[in-house]
Amino acid sequence: MLRLDCLRSVYSELEDCLVVTIMGAVAAELQSLGHRPNFFYLQHAMGLASSTGLGLALCLPKQDVIVFDGDGSLLMNLGSLSTMARYRPKNLTHVVFDNESLLSVGGFPTATSTGTDLEGIARSAGIPQVVTVRDVEKFRISVSEALHGKDLTIIVAKVDAIGPSGYVTDLSLLENRFQFRRYIQSLKQT
Amino acid sequence: MPVSLPNSKLIYETLKECGIRLVSALPETWLVHLIRMTDEDPEMTLVRLAKEEEAVGISAGAYFAGVKSAMLMQNHGFLASINGIVSFAHLYKIPLLMLISHRGSFGEKDPWQTQGGNVTEPVLRALRIPYFCLDSVETVKKRIRDAQTLAESSLQPVAALLTRDLMWEE
Repeated sequence: MLRLDCLRSVYSELEDCLVVTIMGAVAAELQSLGHRPNFFYLQHAMGLASSTGLGLALCLPKQDVIVFDGDGSLLMNLGSLSTMARYRPKNLTHVVFDNESLLSVGGFPTATSTGTDLEGIARSAGIPQVVTVRDVEKFRISVSEALHGKDLTIIVAKVDAIGPSGYVTDLSLLENRFQFRRYIQSLKQT
Repeated sequence: MPVSLPNSKLIYETLKECGIRLVSALPETWLVHLIRMTDEDPEMTLVRLAKEEEAVGISAGAYFAGVKSAMLMQNHGFLASINGIVSFAHLYKIPLLMLISHRGSFGEKDPWQTQGGNVTEPVLRALRIPYFCLDSVETVKKRIRDAQTLAESSLQPVAALLTRDLMWEE
């Protein structure tokens, strides 16, 4: 399963969500499908995409928030799972693309390649809805159900360790950040 | 417990007056009253963390959402948050109001706090984070308000160091 195909399968559903991604392949591939002002790409600070999604979801309880995380990033901030479970925002969907690899720095294997089970960790942390998916159609259905569902959900998507040829795009970090905040403020005014 | 209740209350009231509505925290002795007050206040959202660096992401999310937030942490928690501060708050110009208990300074009896006490101010300076010490009741309100003002105008993290003189009664 390719991450790009997963993203493409849910792209139309992201129109009304606040989307936070990690750096590297996830950010570059989502941008390749078409940037939108409601997408924020956290191009560093590995591990904090889920915390950012939690902050957004707690402060905007009527707004769907979706985080596109990765195994390498999540492994750097496993405590985030326990914090998310503790506050259990029903409007937060946390997708973890697990390619068992730190792809953007040369493909070094992460601990999920040697048996660490992110679904099991999430479940034991107290996340109410957790699923692992291995094909695009199941991914699409799981994301759609989570976005229309009524509980905090984590979707672990097992994907191939293949990404784009480069990671730098022509969207500057600050331009993205100011546009994202302005988008949210415009939502609150309407 | 000799943590100053009146001074904790003064700090808490100032945070409320500054419009802070979300506080993320990891417990430490000097912060117990502040955390309890946040928890008991229905107007406030308290996020109890597993590790302090999470607070950088949570505060950034709150900022994007238009909610003013503050971070309560010990100086060792600040040291544990540095990558988040540099490669999120600094990189993306996110305002953060950090209230950091300055353990390990003069008068500290716990040996395990002392190394962090030595390096807190040098690290703040190295990171170019504007900071001051909250050391007297008279200046608490003004300094916290001023810190919040600078964080919002400069779009960067600022720190208030909570000192033993203010937080501890013996």
